[in-house]
Amino acid sequence: MHRCAICQNNRAQVIRPKNGQKICKNCFLEVFELEVHTTIVENNIFPSRGERVAIGASGGKDSTVLAATLKALNERYDYGVEFVLLSIDEGIHGYRDDSLETVKRNAIQYEMELCIVGYDALYGWTMDKVVEKVGRKGNCTYCGVFRRQALDRGAKRLNISHILTGHNADDIAETVLMNLLRGDLPRLGRCAEIMTASLTSPMRRSKPLKYAYEKEIVLYAHYRELDYFSTECVYSPEAFRGNARSLLKELEKIRPSSVLDIVRSGEQLVHNAVSPVKLGCEDPKRNWREERMGLVNGSQTLSDEPVNPKLLPKIVHKTRNDATYQITVRSVQQPIPSVKLKFFIFFA
Amino acid sequence: MSADTIPITIELAGGLELLFDNEKKFNIDLPTKTKDGNAANINYLVDHLCVHHMKDTRRDMFEINGTVRAGILVLINDADWELEGEGEYELQPKDTILFVSTLHGG
Ligand SMILES: [Zn+2]
Repeated sequence: MHRCAICQNNRAQVIRPKNGQKICKNCFLEVFELEVHTTIVENNIFPSRGERVAIGASGGKDSTVLAATLKALNERYDYGVEFVLLSIDEGIHGYRDDSLETVKRNAIQYEMELCIVGYDALYGWTMDKVVEKVGRKGNCTYCGVFRRQALDRGAKRLNISHILTGHNADDIAETVLMNLLRGDLPRLGRCAEIMTASLTSPMRRSKPLKYAYEKEIVLYAHYRELDYFSTECVYSPEAFRGNARSLLKELEKIRPSSVLDIVRSGEQLVHNAVSPVKLGCEDPKRNWREERMGLVNGSQTLSDEPVNPKLLPKIVHKTRNDATYQITVRSVQQPIPSVKLKFFIFFA
Repeated sequence: MSADTIPITIELAGGLELLFDNEKKFNIDLPTKTKDGNAANINYLVDHLCVHHMKDTRRDMFEINGTVRAGILVLINDADWELEGEGEYELQPKDTILFVSTLHGG
């Protein structure tokens, strides 16, 4: 039997992936919550008391653990903020309707207000209808783009300007890998940020579980006996993300610290990338807006936010043989203002 | 209970129960020894579950390369299987083995 490395007393039940430490269940729960608290404090996630903050709640393990942890921490450390559960109903029968039942129970368990925003009411269609029309290919991409917007709109309706999401270290590492494989530096930078604010909206988004391993989130939910919903969406996930995920899980098996190492690499790349130009400008016929929105059929582009029209390339000069485009690039490094780049494209 | 089998409790969570006809908890009698005469360990249990209890044809959602698929957490009597020798852990009577998937969205 291994003894807990923290209290030196109880039977160790957990090996922490980030450092290999063997600890008992009680010490694990304590240290997990403490680390989320540290993330919140170090990043000043709740700058003002009295703020109403939305938790994007899906009924799944991540957002359920987020809500449970935040409730405990808000009481323990007195952040003075009020949490509201904000759920999106994409209209996926047999998946979202069931998970929403979980969220409704969570709202009672955590004594939080619940607001459900439906694609139906917002856009006039449901994901079931979309899939009926366009088929299953690429619908995760559609859904992701619209879910993000729906969260924004739902929050606005509640007069809230700060949304917390349950993204964990594995999610972020996975997205870093995907963006790396696609050569998409700007998005790679953004996905590794703990807090993001879009140029176009005043909505803040934060990821308090950014440094929490998926494994520990599942263990936390298990030991705390949290009520969460765990069924894969009936429209199976995008293949590329699935591959990145399998790769990550294999890496974690060989070297458990890999997950956080990739998250840190993502952060470092943000600091070093000064001109994050989206590659793929070679083809001027490409519909930029649609591509950036991830709506081009079969495209691997996985955009997750509506594009700012100012960021689209503008044709400043065009002949039969070449064209000059101008693109404004938002710097991810704060003190550096946005820069305008010109580039030439020669038609073959 | 005969001497040829070990009684153990299986628990499934995180969506894995769907592979087992939505059963979240059940008891089984696992043969004490494998065909080759080795003591029954977790890897053997995984194969046994696939062959005798899984109701779904997608075996690779649970087992890959003779052990549990990466991304599935195994708890042996509520402790991380990494503390117990992982797939090599030899099952003892009345053990409770929990398999929980971390792969489903949240
Ligand atoms: Zn301890």
